[in-house]
Amino acid sequence: MYSTKYHKPASIADATAALTAGEDATILAGGQTLLATMKQHLASPSDLVDIRAIDGLSDISADGNVLTIGAAATHTAVASSAVVRDVCPALADLASGIGDPAVRNVGTIGGSVANNDPAADYPAAMLALGATIVTNTREITADDFFEGLFSTALEDGEIITAVKITAPAKAAYAKFPQPASLFALVGVFVADGAGGVRVAVTGAGEDGVFRQGAMESALGANWSAGALDGVAASQDGLMSDMHGAADYRAHLIAVMAKRAVSAA
Amino acid sequence: MSTGIGARVKRKEDKRFTTGKGKYTDDIRNDNQAYAAFVRSTHAHANIKGIDASAALAMDGVIEVLDGHQLTGDGIGNIICGWAVTSKDGSPMNMGAWSALATSKARYVGDAIAVVIAETQAQARIAAEAVVVDYEELPAIAHVMKAMAEDAPNIHENAPGNLIYDWELGDEALADAGLASATHITTLDLTNNRLSPNPMEPRVAIATYDDAEEHYTLHTTSQNPHVARLLLSAFYQVAPENKLRVIAPDVGGGFGAKIYVYPEEITCLWASMRTNRSIKWTSDRSEAFLTDAHGRDHVTTAKMGFDDNHKIVGFKVDTVANLGAYMSLFSSSVPTYLYATLLSGQYNIQNLHCNVRTYYTNTVPVDAYRGAGRPEATYVMERMMETAARELDMDPAELRRINFIQTFPHQTPMLMAYDAGDFPKILEMAQDAADIAGFAARKTEAAGRGKLRGIGYSTFIEACGLAPSQAAGSLGAGVGLWESAEVRVNPVGSIEILTGSHSHGQGHETTFAQIVADRFDIPIESVSIVHGDTDKVQFGMGTYGSRSAPVGMSAVVKAMDKVEAKVKKIAAHTLEAAEEDIVIEGGQVKVAGTDKAMGWHEVGLAAYIAHNLPEGMEPGLKETAFFDPVNFSFPSGAFICEVEVDPDTGVTEIIKFTAADDFGTIINPMIVEGQVHGGVTQGIGQALLEQVVYDDDGQLLTGSYMDYTMPRAADIPFFDVSHHETPSPNNPLGVKGCGEAGAIGSPPAVINAITDAIGNNNLAMPATPQAVWRAIQATKSVAAE
Ligand SMILES: Cc1cc2nc3c(=O)[nH]c(=O)nc-3n(C[C@H](O)[C@H](O)[C@H](O)COP(=O)(O)OP(=O)(O)OC[C@H]3O[C@@H](n4cnc5c(N)ncnc54)[C@H](O)[C@@H]3O)c2cc1C
Repeated sequence: MYSTKYHKPASIADATAALTAGEDATILAGGQTLLATMKQHLASPSDLVDIRAIDGLSDISADGNVLTIGAAATHTAVASSAVVRDVCPALADLASGIGDPAVRNVGTIGGSVANNDPAADYPAAMLALGATIVTNTREITADDFFEGLFSTALEDGEIITAVKITAPAKAAYAKFPQPASLFALVGVFVADGAGGVRVAVTGAGEDGVFRQGAMESALGANWSAGALDGVAASQDGLMSDMHGAADYRAHLIAVMAKRAVSAA
Repeated sequence: MSTGIGARVKRKEDKRFTTGKGKYTDDIRNDNQAYAAFVRSTHAHANIKGIDASAALAMDGVIEVLDGHQLTGDGIGNIICGWAVTSKDGSPMNMGAWSALATSKARYVGDAIAVVIAETQAQARIAAEAVVVDYEELPAIAHVMKAMAEDAPNIHENAPGNLIYDWELGDEALADAGLASATHITTLDLTNNRLSPNPMEPRVAIATYDDAEEHYTLHTTSQNPHVARLLLSAFYQVAPENKLRVIAPDVGGGFGAKIYVYPEEITCLWASMRTNRSIKWTSDRSEAFLTDAHGRDHVTTAKMGFDDNHKIVGFKVDTVANLGAYMSLFSSSVPTYLYATLLSGQYNIQNLHCNVRTYYTNTVPVDAYRGAGRPEATYVMERMMETAARELDMDPAELRRINFIQTFPHQTPMLMAYDAGDFPKILEMAQDAADIAGFAARKTEAAGRGKLRGIGYSTFIEACGLAPSQAAGSLGAGVGLWESAEVRVNPVGSIEILTGSHSHGQGHETTFAQIVADRFDIPIESVSIVHGDTDKVQFGMGTYGSRSAPVGMSAVVKAMDKVEAKVKKIAAHTLEAAEEDIVIEGGQVKVAGTDKAMGWHEVGLAAYIAHNLPEGMEPGLKETAFFDPVNFSFPSGAFICEVEVDPDTGVTEIIKFTAADDFGTIINPMIVEGQVHGGVTQGIGQALLEQVVYDDDGQLLTGSYMDYTMPRAADIPFFDVSHHETPSPNNPLGVKGCGEAGAIGSPPAVINAITDAIGNNNLAMPATPQAVWRAIQATKSVAAE
């Protein structure tokens, strides 16, 4: 790893100041993605601004049927939160299936969403639930937030502070892990929520997380696993790599979607 | 509680390992420590036109940058393969030159080209990135079946067509005639997937040159420090043996990958002399994937013929093996003498032939990995047997039974003389433990849940403790395969065992102590094991091929024989009795049937004080022995795997794994079970998960755990392990070796179970969900036609 300067601000204002002052400063959350890229010399930020000590940034709360999860909440915190279990159990389940315990104990929801890895789990939930991504300057709908592989609507130095989710009537996530990394080879989040009936797919798309329109229509008309019989996922735009060719991924989307609907 | 042979003694070494007190090479730091980082080829095949180190040399903390021209200029020798295999036309194998630092050509991604020495590891690594290598890229070969193509690029000048040797064993005419007479022939195309060994501790080397003494010390992660010293001295010309000490302290697993001397150790020793600094290199996991010798990588076509009585009448195997970019130390022997020799399996087969061609490719060198050749042979044999049984519509156990060897010793047509075994018995044990009778009901129940349940067998034999030295020599081995031991009884009666075997997880500090405590009836706490240091221990051959028990312990026994004889002489003299009447028991040396006795420690003291020894006896009580076995030992086993496959996703779950083994005499059942658990886990890894993948340009795609799948606890079932002991007559303890059997026997059991479940025999390893799903689709489309 190249040498870098570490900051641990206690407020958003201090974090922003450190991010602006540094020549090539970067936000650090759980470091589960960032530190690995730094060790491989693929990233060499001049400054690391650790946002985890910022007041309130790890809080999880509910206001009626609206759930607010602080950006620095770890996957373990989300998985074990009674509030999340109450408002959106599917999200707690998803968090409990990310990586392994060591990753879950430090990786954060903000980091995952900001990173927008095409195989990450949270983006599917955000898109299917019609979540709102809250930053230090604005609120962005999930529809507008995820722009493609590792790319989002975030501006330079913009800090995600929380995500907001309205309780869905029904929701579930079914993940088929890539055997080595345990990221999603295919993950399907189904929800009947704020944005209507949605089916969001992660792990499979060449451009990252996406919505599966045909399945949404079928489920919109009849919310049941059976409604998905014969609704094949197209291979177009799906990834092919050594862990799964596009046809296998397309097949898994159908299988996982049904399993998610059955579980919801 | 007994601590002798057969006792479940808790491992003496685990206190230090489980409390973080183990001392591994990377834990060592010398006063004048400097650090090495290697500049590695980013191309699979390229001419090196030039190396510009000027920017790196100017960087903070950089002491020196050295390249292959300087290394060869100083007379450092090429890395060798130590086993000469001769082609069937009588020509020698085509060994290409392998310099520790490549000079004119890089032959795989990761090939070392230069080394940067700096004050810190971080400085060395950053500077290594600043060394500019001018490459002229060449077309690369990543897959062995492409190495033989007419227009394939040539990797080593002296290996036309990239062929290393074209070798055979057995009688082709007999095998052909047998197949011609057969009433049924089973044919299979099989791939044995390429694996990365992944010991938990990566390789490390610390080389320290003492200019006053002109002496070198190498701390390294080796399974065989004396062999390393011999190679570094006699072949790589680093220093004469008396000026080179090699120490392999605690080593965190090897699996074969730490047998060899790699470019890094040679380079660090030489660089230490050049810079007069102690040089430390610690591989990270990425470097381990790029440079640790890989295992397996065979492509095979096999044909097996049966007569009307379902007896095997002919077996022909044609194998192509990938040895990578250079010939590693034992690479040539793995797909030949460690593979074809076991293609008779547990069966009485007279008409047998195997042809093996090996090729260079632009990939990491391939060499022995847990099992080395024997898993490849077992995979061929046991896939064939199960498939043949299905084609013949027979119970797979019955087909095996009909063909089992029943009497011992048994000479196969493939050089081997099997020592002892009881194949029907271990098969029956495994069948009982696996509840074969209840399988049909379990399959029906699983079908009700939408799952495909299957069962698969593997009845295997393997060979441990390669021997004897003379025979190995006549087959091309460059070394003898004996082992040494010194038994030192101290004046107070405690004992040190100096063994040439090396423990890197096997538990020798416990099991070797057990055989001594057992023999002299003394507390196990008073026995210590010394190993892993060429300055402390007499020359020894080290640990690989499950040889530490059959060969290493046998040397200890031989040395104990000598100690016992001397102890009895001293006691007889002191107690004024006949030597034949002296017995050793209960911490005493006694005259049988009397109350005349000396304490064990008193005999030790008498030997060293030497006031009253028999006429002409030398003082002291320490004996050395070298044991050269008369033959291999042949562990065998019957494994049964039961799986459930999810037809929607192709996911396989191993429901039950039953292992009935014959390891001869068992010293410590707990440690043996641990070895079986670990071995089977690696075998399950090979069968379901692990695979090294290169792209067509020779770039390694599985360069980290994000893409290379290791077995995890959740992938592994609880094991049902049992033993049947038929002692080997080839060594004094009757032990056979157990370190590799699990990895050797398990892959075909797993694949046979899955192919049974899905009803398609065409399934390659690793049987990933995608591969299994495709095989299911293929079965469906055949059924639909
Ligand atoms: C072995 C392993 C297995 C994993 N398995 C999974 C899995 O199964 N599913 C899955 O979804 N993920 C998985 N992950 C990724 C894990 O969830 C990471 O924690 C996550 O992707 C990044 O979160 P982090 O808090 O560690 O962020 P960091 O690594 O600290 O940061 C990641 C990126 O996001 C930026 N960032 C971080 N926080 C903010 C913020 N609040 N606002 C703006 N930008 C920010 C950083 O600048 C950086 O660019 C795995 C990781 C590992 C190491």
